[in-house]
Amino acid sequence: MTTRANLVYLIALPLFSSAFLMLLGKIANKWGHFFATAISASTFGIGIVEFIAMRSRSGDARAATQHLFEWISVGTFRVDASLLLDQLSICFVLLITGVGTLIHIYSIAYMSHDVDRRRFFAYLNLFIAAMLLLVLGDSYLNLYVGWEGVGLASYLLIGFWNQKPAYATAAKKAFVANRVGDVGLSLAIMIAFTQFGSVTFAGVKDGAPHASAAALTAIGAMLLLAAAGKSAQFPLQSWLGDAMAGPTPVSALIHAATMVTAGVYLITRSNFIFDASSTARLLVVIVGAITLLFGAIVGTAKDDIKKALAASTMSQIGYMILATGLGPVGYAFAIMHLLTHGFFKASMFLGAGSVMHGMDDEVNMRRYGALGKVMPITAITFGLGYLAIIGVPPFAGFYSKDKIIETAFNAGGTKGILLGGAALLGAAITAFYMTRVFVLTFMGKKRWDDKAHPHESPSLMWIPMVLLSLGSVASGYLLSKGSALVHWLAPVVNSSNAEGGAELMKPIVVSALALGVVVLGVATAIIKYGRSVPIEAPAGSALTRFARRDLGQDDLNHQLLVLPGQAITRTLVATDFGFIDGVVRAVGWTLAYLSQSLKKIQNGYVRSYALLMTAGAIALLVTIWLVTL
Amino acid sequence: MSLLTALELVPLIGSLLLFAVPKENSKLIKQFAFALSIVTLAVSGLIALRFKTSVPGMQFVESHTWISNFGIQYAVGIDGLALVLILLTTILTPIVLLAGWNEADNGRWSVRTFYILMLVLESSMIAVFAATDVFLFYVIFEAMLIPVYLLIGGYGRGERAQAAMKFLLYSLFGGLLMLAALIGIYIISTNQIGGTFDLAKLSTLQIDSGTENFLFLGFFIAFAIKAPLWPFHTWLPGAAKSATPATSVLLLGVLDKVGTYGMIRFCITLFPHATKTFTPLIIVLAVISILYGAFLAIGQRDINGLIAFTSISHFGFIVLGIFAMTSQGISGATLYMVNHGFSTAALFLVAGWMVARRKSSAIEDFGGLQRVTPVMAWCFFIAGMSALALPGISSFVSEFLVLVGTFTRYPVAAVFGTTGIVLAALYVLITVQRSLHGPTTPGNEEMTDLNLREKIAIAPVIAILVLMGFYSQPILNWINPSSHQTMQAAGYSDPLPKAGK
Repeated sequence: MTTRANLVYLIALPLFSSAFLMLLGKIANKWGHFFATAISASTFGIGIVEFIAMRSRSGDARAATQHLFEWISVGTFRVDASLLLDQLSICFVLLITGVGTLIHIYSIAYMSHDVDRRRFFAYLNLFIAAMLLLVLGDSYLNLYVGWEGVGLASYLLIGFWNQKPAYATAAKKAFVANRVGDVGLSLAIMIAFTQFGSVTFAGVKDGAPHASAAALTAIGAMLLLAAAGKSAQFPLQSWLGDAMAGPTPVSALIHAATMVTAGVYLITRSNFIFDASSTARLLVVIVGAITLLFGAIVGTAKDDIKKALAASTMSQIGYMILATGLGPVGYAFAIMHLLTHGFFKASMFLGAGSVMHGMDDEVNMRRYGALGKVMPITAITFGLGYLAIIGVPPFAGFYSKDKIIETAFNAGGTKGILLGGAALLGAAITAFYMTRVFVLTFMGKKRWDDKAHPHESPSLMWIPMVLLSLGSVASGYLLSKGSALVHWLAPVVNSSNAEGGAELMKPIVVSALALGVVVLGVATAIIKYGRSVPIEAPAGSALTRFARRDLGQDDLNHQLLVLPGQAITRTLVATDFGFIDGVVRAVGWTLAYLSQSLKKIQNGYVRSYALLMTAGAIALLVTIWLVTL
Repeated sequence: MSLLTALELVPLIGSLLLFAVPKENSKLIKQFAFALSIVTLAVSGLIALRFKTSVPGMQFVESHTWISNFGIQYAVGIDGLALVLILLTTILTPIVLLAGWNEADNGRWSVRTFYILMLVLESSMIAVFAATDVFLFYVIFEAMLIPVYLLIGGYGRGERAQAAMKFLLYSLFGGLLMLAALIGIYIISTNQIGGTFDLAKLSTLQIDSGTENFLFLGFFIAFAIKAPLWPFHTWLPGAAKSATPATSVLLLGVLDKVGTYGMIRFCITLFPHATKTFTPLIIVLAVISILYGAFLAIGQRDINGLIAFTSISHFGFIVLGIFAMTSQGISGATLYMVNHGFSTAALFLVAGWMVARRKSSAIEDFGGLQRVTPVMAWCFFIAGMSALALPGISSFVSEFLVLVGTFTRYPVAAVFGTTGIVLAALYVLITVQRSLHGPTTPGNEEMTDLNLREKIAIAPVIAILVLMGFYSQPILNWINPSSHQTMQAAGYSDPLPKAGK
């Protein structure tokens, strides 16, 4: 272990900047956005410095820590505010601060007409601080602070325009769904403390081999619940679509590239738990496989460009979660897909924002069409992201997604075939819906009316898009060249011990298969949407309608949770007054009735009550005195 | 005279001096009372500085014979538990006086009476936490009902007379049970060690288990009413709706803590065996309180009623932590008493300002305040975040300690308690959405934001909420030795990690 003294600034700078911008108020309106962007860039600078320093160290010395102060210490429960920057967290630090800074820059232009732009940048800085704490904390409890901190930032940003009731509701929904996940994280920490007497990653890792299988499975299941809440995985996925109420840069940064992937980080960080419990791993792959298909199917039916991308995010994180459940070999591929996805999805979300910027905030893709001609830069950068996500070689997604499909097939037996099949099917559907998005938006005939004047976005917006799209092109190749990321992460995720599972299919076969289904998906979409697209959505088949309703996720929650919850609340409110307080009142009335005969002394004067109380007290004292005689 | 007695006397003497100020000069009365509360705060600060963390047991001890025939003493002393609650009192009093500067103007009685009552209340709250003679504790415990009764009945809103009477009767009923138990334990002491009310001596008594159970219940029910624990809670919402914000803060923020304080100080210390017997039942009641209070909070339409029910939920956490009998549980519960005090203060004060401006306490009458009165809205939001125990805000530390401490011994109770965090998110965010978000509700367009006095009053509360979220270890260092002693008295020690190496 190495000690580094500057890690705290990664969190402290954006945190104080956020508080500073909020407290200063209007005075900072003119320059607040530049200030916040500079702070974000400086965290990226620190990230780079730390990365270079880490690379220059070798072996065990790569992980660095910084102890700040004793946070909570009661009995044996001891948690220090202490940071850990290792090979895993540096990946996130660079992603968060790098993409974060680009999105700060983009937002300067995107939010230029908003009266509350300063507040927006204060929230963005708050998010950066919380997200960095999430990945830098050296214990589950420190992580928890960041975990809920990003939840708060997400809540504030989804509800940034909360004067619209629907947006305020979306923000609340996201927070509450995340809180359900947080119950899981809380319980996981409690079980860990009960088992190991420690809640630090190192302490839990040391203790894990000594714990019972049941305990490890319980911790794993609870961590998975937490991950499902934060990463919009089944069955807590319903908030992500609504979260698109937030300004688009937020969707790109928080609800695509960074925060929603925190669940993947949590599971990867807790590899020592999942490696030791095959049941927990099974739960993980089930959740991942269901969500990757769920999101993909929903993605095919959405006409709102942001909601289509959100469904896609859910599906892509499903891939990552699936990978983390595939044992030590899977973690590095999950992180690789997380990083490449960070580039291509952020690039596409910013592209969507650019389109909306030029189209008076229209989000319905049926009213787009032929925008490639008027917005060439947006079309090209979005297109590169599109090629990356569907997995066309040599773009980024090809490297990262194929690895996951291959690992899934090689999980062995029926399980391998089912998981691999789901991942492959997901790839086909992804190719279909992403082609649909691209074609509806940028190709075909224009379907916007003449009031709209679509135009290319200003350079402050397209420069970040270009940089991110470069990442969509090259990041996959760079990360997988010579298994760079796999080797880099090996000390953290223990993948050197990975047994090379029964190889069901050779990589080349998987790639060929994947490419085949992608071509199929693309072709289907072009046939269906290449010619004419009705401006009003056709009624569609039962499945389409079901997919438009997010496969009934909200209806289910409404029936299972909201209605019973409201019924319980109503019943309890009535019982509290009618029964519990009723009993109290009944006792009161009975006493009042009995005391009719004593009415004369009930004269309503406090002074006479006081006199009575005094007299009573004296009587009691006398009694006690008599007793002691 | 120890500093502790001086601390009790400053507000008491001050209240007497207020009689000398003419009734009509309300400005001078307010300034004088505020200045006195600041002096009291300074004295308590001195006590905190001189308090030795490393010394177990009571400090600043002082005792004089009061009624020698009964062995009744004026005996005071504080450990960490009492210290933090006294500091809570002395910090909150000047804040509520400043925050509620105009609260007494339209009362039934004069402004002077209001401030006299406030100072008497402060003095008695300090004394109740400092008393180490059980009889002295009882006398103050009962006596402090009077100022609260008069403050609600004389200066409150709505059905204040009824609410005040309900509060008084409920409390007197509990006090009566406690008095019976007090006499009981005194009689036992006369047979064994010579009549005394000294807490330390009483805790050495050998009591047969049947009697001990009855005595325990006498104390416990009195404290459960005060705390309040389900199902003894129905006096609270009425009182909270009727009292002025300043009174509500002192009532729910500090005075109700006497209940949970008493459980630790008297129930557990005096009756360890009965504590063991009743713990399962109490744990169940605590969990019911957590969930019940939260559900009722979700169903509230009145903003003060909402805060009252969130408090019932939070008191459930405190009681759960106490009877989990782990050092994390008890220390967490004690810290929770402090944190809940500040959190409730923030909620009641800001809600009070909202209600005073809107002339309505119905949540639906607010709406869109974030854009009309941003500072007030932010203060309410942060107070709300403390109520849902967001990590980074003080309540989180205590709530998590309670839950983790409970889990090591009673995992099922902890699991149920943990689901309370989802309900907390709901009751806070539903209220935040209704009152702060959405379009501005008609009638709120001209609402004014916080003025300088209000900002100065709320700023320290917000600062404490945030700072203690990141750094509450100094407070825990005061609390931990007391928790350790409580566990020793009850004969418990922390469970060991299950997966030993």
